[in-house]
Amino acid sequence: MTARREVVVKNRTGLHARPAAVFVQLANKFESDIMIEKDDQKVNGKSIMGILMLAAERGARIVVEAVGEDAEQAVNELSEVLSQEIELDIA
Amino acid sequence: MKEKKKDNKDKLAGNGKQVQLKGIPAAPGIAIGTAHVFGTENVLPTSREITEAGIPAEISRFKDALAKTRKDILAIEKKISREMGVEHGKIFSAHLLVLEDSVLVKEVITRLSKKKKNIESVFAEVLDKYVGVLAEAKDEYLRDRIADITDVGKRILRNLTGIEERSMESLDEKSIIIAYDLSPSDTAMMHKGRVLGFATDIGGRTSHTAIMAKSLEIPAVVGLESITDAVKNGDRVILDGLHGVVIVNPSGKLVEKYEKEKKKYEALEKGLIEIRSLPSETLDGKKVGVAGNIELPEDVASVVSHGAEGIGLYRTEYFYMNRKDLPSEEEQFNAYKSVAQRIKPQSVVVRTLDLGGDKFLSQLDVPREMNPFLGWRAIRFCLARPDIFKSQLRAIMRASVYGNLKMMYPMISGVTEFRQANELLEDVKKELRKEGKPFNEDIEVGAMIEVPSAAITSNILAKEADFFSIGTNDLIQYSLAVDRVNEKIAYLYEPTHPAVLELVRMVIQNGHNEGIPVAMCGEMAGDISLTLILMGLGLDEFSTSPIAVPEIKKIVRSVNYFDAREIAEKALKFNTGREILEFSRAKLLEMVPDLAEDLA
Repeated sequence: MTARREVVVKNRTGLHARPAAVFVQLANKFESDIMIEKDDQKVNGKSIMGILMLAAERGARIVVEAVGEDAEQAVNELSEVLSQEIELDIA
Repeated sequence: MKEKKKDNKDKLAGNGKQVQLKGIPAAPGIAIGTAHVFGTENVLPTSREITEAGIPAEISRFKDALAKTRKDILAIEKKISREMGVEHGKIFSAHLLVLEDSVLVKEVITRLSKKKKNIESVFAEVLDKYVGVLAEAKDEYLRDRIADITDVGKRILRNLTGIEERSMESLDEKSIIIAYDLSPSDTAMMHKGRVLGFATDIGGRTSHTAIMAKSLEIPAVVGLESITDAVKNGDRVILDGLHGVVIVNPSGKLVEKYEKEKKKYEALEKGLIEIRSLPSETLDGKKVGVAGNIELPEDVASVVSHGAEGIGLYRTEYFYMNRKDLPSEEEQFNAYKSVAQRIKPQSVVVRTLDLGGDKFLSQLDVPREMNPFLGWRAIRFCLARPDIFKSQLRAIMRASVYGNLKMMYPMISGVTEFRQANELLEDVKKELRKEGKPFNEDIEVGAMIEVPSAAITSNILAKEADFFSIGTNDLIQYSLAVDRVNEKIAYLYEPTHPAVLELVRMVIQNGHNEGIPVAMCGEMAGDISLTLILMGLGLDEFSTSPIAVPEIKKIVRSVNYFDAREIAEKALKFNTGREILEFSRAKLLEMVPDLAEDLA
């Protein structure tokens, strides 16, 4: 199963260290492979280095893609994290 | 690059001449002491070739080093969380993520098989690649993350090569640390007793090193570019973390000057800490609230650390700034909820959207106006766009169950507008009830008094509002017909103009006649030369930027309410703003002489 969604990054600091860490920790909880894409760059959503390389700033449009059993749920929850205005704490 | 640096070093260091460098202030305070230059750690591994058969052994060395590093980081995280708080420990949780990054690990192993070189040099190359990309980032915040990545990288390399960690523990006397850069691990190991301050060549305001220095309360300056070239071990150094200045080999006169500055700063800090936890009441026991103004949920920390009692003004415009779309109800709800929870049991007053005037919005297509300050703004805009307004009201109401949340409408010109806004609020309440979403049925709803017509009819408004908050910036500009941005007439902008004080007096009295409290949240509330008069007029609460809170509190605690009333009465008898201001300042100096310097 594949799920894809376009999301606008709403974290005040963009998808940087802390928010990226939250994203990666969540991504790693899913079975599915997670990819995120910005412009024509595509990185592994379970890799913090990969995500930092995207340098996605607030307002950037990125695509979250999941392939696997829990793809639907993964995309739902991960897009939610990206739409949070406030930085979440690392769980 | 390295060679060039060496050149500089010969020129700058060692001649004992006074050198002053300007950097970025990272943590406040002044330190005067001896420099200890912290050498750059050399963990750059030498490259050596390996055979095909040697690959599995290298991989297993790598995995061992990763496991050992993981243990090290967990131990540091625990130590830091215990000693400095969980917040700082979290930096190291992020380090763990780098360590466990599957992409990074895979890339190292693939490269190892291809290049057939020892794992240390392969790992260093891969790390370099990532650091190189981040170094190009436009964003300062992102660039500062390099320190985190190299910190983990060095740990792994140390565990691969067996080189020991450099340590602050070996400092035998109190020193000012000078380094090219300090990793979060280095900073975490600093002891306040032994490290007087530190200065680095690189780093920005948002680097972890800067953040940690602040919480360790060690003065620090970062981003000095060439401080390691300008200083050698044992040099005398002045470090001014307030202004971001470092002076090497200062003259005796300069040292004397900074000794004085240091004393002054420490006395101020001490006073602030002392007054922080004391109640805000007069000598004769009248409570006068001193609250803080905020714009972002993060500002709550500053409100608390400055000893403010709650938040008297939470501005909500930032949700709408610098973006193309409108903020969702959920996004606003999360922010209000977080502020309410953090400031609980004290209260927070959310001011509904105050757009227009000088705050324009790209996404809302508001036409340009000839007189924007007299135009389609604040509550007028909100009443015309119930879609936007109701989404904010819903968010506020839903957050109201998480703490002591109040709200107020800006730019109310009379009771009709107040009623119209409340009608929309009633609609929202009905909707929420229908949806079964909880909210505080008795939420207090206040009116901002910043339009002269509202001040003059405040006797009517007081019957329907739960509280007043006087917004002085607009009240002064509207009453005196002065655009204070216009330099030619700025001299007419006079908070002590008798007309302004008369309006303030009237609003307070009308509020009190109906039994509702009256606060002030404009700049006038933070001007210490007016505190006595405002107290004497019976103002119930001052809400100012957090920095001004300790001084206002100090004034409140130094006087009798009875005396303040007398001062206010006398002040209102003068004919000009200038006389009132002079009188008020003289009285303040007489009653709270400590504040003389701040009044100057």
